[in-house]
Amino acid sequence: MSVLDSIQTKDFLIEKILKNYSGIFDKGTGEQLALIKREKVIHPVLYLGMGTCGIVSGADKTYMAIQKYLNDNNLEAEVVKTGCLGFCSAEPLLDIQLPGKARISYQHVTQEKVEDLLNAVFHHTLIPENILGQHRFASHEEWPGVDFIDQHPFFAQQHRNVLHNTGLISPWSIDDYLARGGYKSLFKTVLNYTPDKVCEIIEQSELRGRGGGGYATGKKWRNALDTGSDQKFLVCNAEESDPGVFLNRAFIEGDPHRVLEGIAIASYAIGANSAYIHIRYNHEQSLMIMENAIAQAKEYGILGENIFASGFNLNLFIRKGAGAFVCGEETSLIASMESQRGTPQTKPPYPTEKGLFGHPTVVNNVETLANVPAILENGPTWFRSIGTNGSKGTKVISLAGKATRKGFVEVPMGIPISNIVFDIAGGISDGKPLKAVQIGGPFGICIPPKGLSAEIGYESLQEIGASLGLCGLTLLDEDICMVSLSKYFMKLLHKESCGKCIPCREGTHRMLEILEGITKRPKEESSHETLERFKGVVQLENLAEVIHDTSLCGLGKNAPNPVLSSLKWFRDEFEEHIFDRKCRAGVCNDLRSFFIDVDICNGCNVCQKKCPETAIIGAIRMPHFIVESKCTGCGICFDSCKFNAIYYK
Amino acid sequence: MNELIEKMVPRFPVNKKDSLLGMLQEIQKAHGFLTEELIREVAQYLHLPVNKIYGLATFYDQFRFHALGKYHFQICNGTSCHLSESSINIKDLENQLYTKDGGISRDRKFSLESVSCMGSCEQGPVVKINATVFTNVSPDELNRIIRSLKDKTE
Repeated sequence: MSVLDSIQTKDFLIEKILKNYSGIFDKGTGEQLALIKREKVIHPVLYLGMGTCGIVSGADKTYMAIQKYLNDNNLEAEVVKTGCLGFCSAEPLLDIQLPGKARISYQHVTQEKVEDLLNAVFHHTLIPENILGQHRFASHEEWPGVDFIDQHPFFAQQHRNVLHNTGLISPWSIDDYLARGGYKSLFKTVLNYTPDKVCEIIEQSELRGRGGGGYATGKKWRNALDTGSDQKFLVCNAEESDPGVFLNRAFIEGDPHRVLEGIAIASYAIGANSAYIHIRYNHEQSLMIMENAIAQAKEYGILGENIFASGFNLNLFIRKGAGAFVCGEETSLIASMESQRGTPQTKPPYPTEKGLFGHPTVVNNVETLANVPAILENGPTWFRSIGTNGSKGTKVISLAGKATRKGFVEVPMGIPISNIVFDIAGGISDGKPLKAVQIGGPFGICIPPKGLSAEIGYESLQEIGASLGLCGLTLLDEDICMVSLSKYFMKLLHKESCGKCIPCREGTHRMLEILEGITKRPKEESSHETLERFKGVVQLENLAEVIHDTSLCGLGKNAPNPVLSSLKWFRDEFEEHIFDRKCRAGVCNDLRSFFIDVDICNGCNVCQKKCPETAIIGAIRMPHFIVESKCTGCGICFDSCKFNAIYYK
Repeated sequence: MNELIEKMVPRFPVNKKDSLLGMLQEIQKAHGFLTEELIREVAQYLHLPVNKIYGLATFYDQFRFHALGKYHFQICNGTSCHLSESSINIKDLENQLYTKDGGISRDRKFSLESVSCMGSCEQGPVVKINATVFTNVSPDELNRIIRSLKDKTE
């Protein structure tokens, strides 16, 4: 048995693995495969997480340090750049696999730690700090006293189906994916199934769109298949611009070929010969990986003309989204692809009847498509066995905010949110109490800890007013002001409103105005004016209702969500802002009242000179005083005082 | 016809409905920003009204109509970065860099842009200056960086 060169590897993988129906092969093939899969290694292998999060944490510097170490010590080892494992707050992650030994994961491997760490591992000892765990594999010798990674709280409750390979293989190599049984579903599909049969399987699996609305994917494909048009398109929607949700790039940066396989199967099922992947322009890493993946797939004959001699052609194009939040919606996405302003259109006609360039078009989310290969491989019954009644399968969820463990996880549908928040994410870092959990990006809602028993699923989340599509959980602690948070989301939605419908364009503007009014301190105010301001909150609710009922697309319909949910659960905080002019989290700076501690103030006069409102009076070397009616709460005096004599309430 | 556009002709045929966005993206990539002159050229080539192209370019976040400064600051305005303890006050930054959000300073040294999520939510606040990403940036650290950039004279 010898190590194959790249052309031999290609032939081996395609002829012996991909085209092997039974999945049974002789010993020689098995050993060769184990070599390609790196289950059996001759030289040590180092796996470094080089997704966007890894690079930002300094993985490229770690990479240089590793290369330098290997050169200096004349060691022969392979360094594999993987995608993100999902545990982004532990990046840079370095896995080391010695021949015969289990693969061991280290977290927070910055460049200065590389030398000590590798020195120890290559001498078969371990530095106990920063060990994340070891990977379980039957024929590998375990490291003594090291926990398995699948027992780690972050991974224990996960059900990794879409993310099966993410973080373990190199996204830059098609061989890695093929060796793990990749593209087998596509091979099986194009040679054995009719498009009608594929739609039937997906319908049976009850897979629903992971993007937003949760429309049955099989039904969507069937609608497009039944139109009988000779020109159809498939669009993979990876236009993601939600702040705090970074899932689409996780799929592409971790396992791009799974997405490509899903796209190819979907295109076959609806009878499309052209497919597009829509990726936002500033996701540079995703774009590079995808371009590379498409080129490789074409070289291996998996995309292009006459795939696997089945007569099915597929041309795949990458479209760079120019960056508009509303383009996550399918009709605006199509408009943007046609080089028009990305504004939503009225439905019907649905894109499956009249979409891109007037032809039937299926728009699917990346996650939906990444689910497809496994369904065809394991059958619809397998897929239906995971999840709840209305929601089948798994869902990838991102964890952000003040959580102890951040990143993205894949959990089966039906898992209570509290499990994710407390067990997987580990609650708030520093052990602070949890104030609320924000679900679903800017359109999402904030729920207090008592509402966390809700389950992940289309219906159960709809009941509490959230959407499964943009499922990012942001954990909030006591330092967060709910009014300020609502204002932040409203600002974002106001900026991103495309301007087509008046309720959304003007309504979000008015809502923002009201919220800004609440978080500002009026210089003088009578009780009547306070009442007027309070009326703003009542109007906020009415306004929200109108915006929700009269807007065309999802952005407008859901724009009032963050405000409404905050009003529902945290009304006392809104009232505090209005009547007591107090922000309990200390976030709304404009509401602060400043005072000078006469015992500490030595009259240095610095604050008086800096105050833009001349609200500070006092003689030099005498304690100063702030005139409250003049003070606007800018806080300049607070920042300039060297003696900490100024305090605020 | 402009050289830049001439080069693009084979890839972006006139009769294709979706050539416009791709062309604008390529122009911005090559030229750094869009100008009135270039938009007029594109309009002439694609037989489209100039105002339609201008409308499209202003709709999307990607396109800009002025050059970037020598140091281009991108401030992440994602939820996570916004919520992190020391979230960056864009107003303060505007004062320090002598520019507005989305603008460029008079000496063309600094340009500032607040962008949506950069995908490093666990390490906010994130600031990107040209190609370098700074994570967990505290206001003091940012001040220090700006001061050192201001002191640099070339």
